[in-house]
Amino acid sequence: MQLTLWTYEGPPHVGAMRVAAAMRGLHYVLHAPQGDTYADLLFTMIERRDTRPPVTYTTFQARDLGADTAELFKSAAREAYERFSPQAMIVGASCTAELLQDDPGGLAKALDLPCPVIPLELPAYQKKENWGASETFYRLVRSLAGARRDRPLRDCKSCNILGPTALGFRCRDDVREIAKLLAALGVDVNVIAPLGASPKDLTRLGDADFNVLLYPEIGLAAAQWLERAHGQPFTRSIPIGVGATRDFIAEVARMAEVDPASALETNDSRLPWYSRSVDSTYLTGKRVFIFGDATHAIAAARIAQDELGFEVVGLGTYAREFARDVREAAARYGVEALVTDDYLDVEAKVAELQPELVLGTQMERHIAKRLGLPCAVISAPVHVQDFPARYSPHMGFEGANVIFDSWVHPLMMGLEEHLLTMFRDDAEFHDAAAPSHLGEKQPHRQPSAAAVVSDIILAWADDAEKELKKIPFFVRGKARRNTEKFAAERGLSTITVETLYDAKAHFAR
Amino acid sequence: MNALAPLSGLANGACDAAPVIQERGQREVFCGLTGIVWLHRKIQDAFFLVVGSRTCAHLIQSAAGVMIFAEPRFATAILEDRDLAGVADIDDELDAVVDRLLARRPEIKLLFLVGSCPSEVIKIDLSRAAARQSRQHAPRVRILSYSGSGIETTFTQGEDACLAALVPMLPPAPENASPSLLVVGALADIVEDQFARLFDVLGVAPVRFLPMRRAADLPPVGPSTSFLLAQPFLADTAHALQERGAHWIEAPFPLGAEGTTLWLRAAAKAFGVSEARFDAVTSPARARAEQALAHYRDALAGKRVFLFPDSQLEPSLARFLAREMAMRIVEIGTPYLHRRHMAAELDLLPKDAPIVEGQHVEKQLDRCRAARPDLVVCGLGLANPLEAEGFATKWSIELLFSPIQGYDQAGDLAELFARPLNRRARLEV
Ligand code: SF4
Repeated sequence: MQLTLWTYEGPPHVGAMRVAAAMRGLHYVLHAPQGDTYADLLFTMIERRDTRPPVTYTTFQARDLGADTAELFKSAAREAYERFSPQAMIVGASCTAELLQDDPGGLAKALDLPCPVIPLELPAYQKKENWGASETFYRLVRSLAGARRDRPLRDCKSCNILGPTALGFRCRDDVREIAKLLAALGVDVNVIAPLGASPKDLTRLGDADFNVLLYPEIGLAAAQWLERAHGQPFTRSIPIGVGATRDFIAEVARMAEVDPASALETNDSRLPWYSRSVDSTYLTGKRVFIFGDATHAIAAARIAQDELGFEVVGLGTYAREFARDVREAAARYGVEALVTDDYLDVEAKVAELQPELVLGTQMERHIAKRLGLPCAVISAPVHVQDFPARYSPHMGFEGANVIFDSWVHPLMMGLEEHLLTMFRDDAEFHDAAAPSHLGEKQPHRQPSAAAVVSDIILAWADDAEKELKKIPFFVRGKARRNTEKFAAERGLSTITVETLYDAKAHFAR
Repeated sequence: MNALAPLSGLANGACDAAPVIQERGQREVFCGLTGIVWLHRKIQDAFFLVVGSRTCAHLIQSAAGVMIFAEPRFATAILEDRDLAGVADIDDELDAVVDRLLARRPEIKLLFLVGSCPSEVIKIDLSRAAARQSRQHAPRVRILSYSGSGIETTFTQGEDACLAALVPMLPPAPENASPSLLVVGALADIVEDQFARLFDVLGVAPVRFLPMRRAADLPPVGPSTSFLLAQPFLADTAHALQERGAHWIEAPFPLGAEGTTLWLRAAAKAFGVSEARFDAVTSPARARAEQALAHYRDALAGKRVFLFPDSQLEPSLARFLAREMAMRIVEIGTPYLHRRHMAAELDLLPKDAPIVEGQHVEKQLDRCRAARPDLVVCGLGLANPLEAEGFATKWSIELLFSPIQGYDQAGDLAELFARPLNRRARLEV
């Protein structure tokens, strides 16, 4: 039994949903109680998807347990096929249904539906979201990619891009950026999966010469299988940061037997110059704490140290499956890796290290906010603001530009920092002041009590003042102003609770 | 997954109302664990420990959304393989988790062990665990249990289960106690204070609230207690209170000016307040509510609204929207219809508004698309996809997370429905 306040990862069936929601023409029938339908909102609200995830839940209830939950599953699967006519279906159980042992795979097979049905075994009491996504993608690839066959003749080499899913960190834009790089190298992209692929597309995976593995947490198992079964090697370097992108280009060039020069020339990253420009001197040795999935955390550490001149004071991951890689990386920076999925451990570590910048997930964003530290998000789990409207990849040369901006932006500007240390007692330049380009940390105090709306002195009765405090802080100022205006217009000298609500009704709209 | 089957007989004075249709199929609603998101803020020294799976932890976290500002007063004891396989003794494990938690949070006075689907399916007896731990941690902490599982409870029913678990703890009102009023159901503090003031001026006293803001303030209950339900989803709590001898004051729910008046008046009548006094006391607030509502009537009148099932507030909301905002009701979905508690509402509803109890989300979406309503009230999983199809939507969860009851919130309630329409009118992209 594990005591948990906030979790970095959901259950493994949410990982399966990330694969299903990323794809087209695939449907997921999930044996699960009604509450588990909450997972839909992750996609429709956090990622602002404009369609429901392609998932049918059986939503069995207590009264069904005594009766026939297996029958319920079968009718749900049948109805889902009829309604959505998918090219393929995946079926499985959530944590509760796992305990019922209804065997969704066997039940679905018995239905003999006219499309491939792939059963998923996702042990909910051992595994988590990323593993679930990885296993789902692997099962899909294994079931649909078929046996090794001759590759079609092409003028140039081709590759698949593996790993991007729904709800992933910047997957949408990374894929575009990397496809652009591959085009510059003269390499064809055969299939991108799971994001945007259909089950039919997965049957063509074997046509490529090699695989580009962008997100090992999700795509490694599938890439390894394709290497064994289809003889496709896959890339190991993850193109996050300028140096890693160069490495990636070199690796792809070797696999595709092409000249990397053309792609290296597309290097339009401003990071190297920005980092060398004198203004960036103040970044030197900034102490940075990094936490996330293994891939993004390791990549961030390299950029922080080698490309921005920061000092890595902490490095960690919640992804236990990749703990070894993170430990090796941490050793290179002379720190001990923090491998945990306990949010409180991470918070304690950040509090202890007092870094000048936190790079993490949305959890670390909250930790940093509580501790008053600057922060940028580099990894899932993410929140709605981590799906920006503008093009903002994390990978490739453009990704490096985005990284420079988003990591440097939360920091105090160089000169400003000097002034701060020089004039500690200045009312505006003091230790607790936020960077001036980020606005005030503390909202300006509202002029109150003796209000300035007119010559009449307005007094707030104690109970009215108390009532006002109950109004959420972000509209309190407006409520105060409106009430005072209302009272002044009517020549009232004291504002009572009644006045407050009279004004509220008056201004309601 | 059955076809629609109209119920033949309806209980209690609702027989001339629209038919209630029952539907079964995929439900798109939260489970009762969700109530923790507001209950943990309401009872300021209570902690909610879910005994469940990673799914349960993820659900609460996702429903709480961006509210990760402080260390929350809820957590999940996540069951692992070794718990299920019997390698670890579940009692010992749970006791250790509770000890660790209470050591970390000395300010906690009341701890709820909250059951989930997994804990129920593997039959963990949380009431026994709560009794055992209570003995150990008394008198500092009281430990209770209830179920918020998705196989037993839908969304707001979790609050019902929580409050029902509190009822046996309430001290008995003294034998010869004078009549007292208990308002049952979590309300925003600001709404509670408004009601307290109104009751005070009306001369209805003493008035207490359940849930209470602090664990120590358990309201006494007994045959001298009359109670008003502030929320429509409190079937078990009401039953438990009646078992303790308390009397239910039947009324519609305090949504909108009319609902608030009828609700307050029922209590006033039970406490012998004259009609004249009632009018005198409530009329300023009523006029205010009317004034605020008038701002939104143009925007809403004549518009057609479709309510998906979510919180059991749907019939009361439909009544408010139909009668006070002149909207036309296309369908009232509700996860469950308590015919007795809802009788007064059903009497007020337009007779042609079909009520659908339960859900088959795909068929309901088909009906919604066919009807092309002007506004759809639905959960977060459906809102953006429906918007993308061209429907204006109002997320129903906001109705639980914002103060909407009482006179001074009537305008706010109307605004929640008017805003999506207003927004569409503004946008030109
Ligand atoms: S439906 Fe059951 S398993 Fe799912 S989150 Fe709710 S209590 Fe947990």
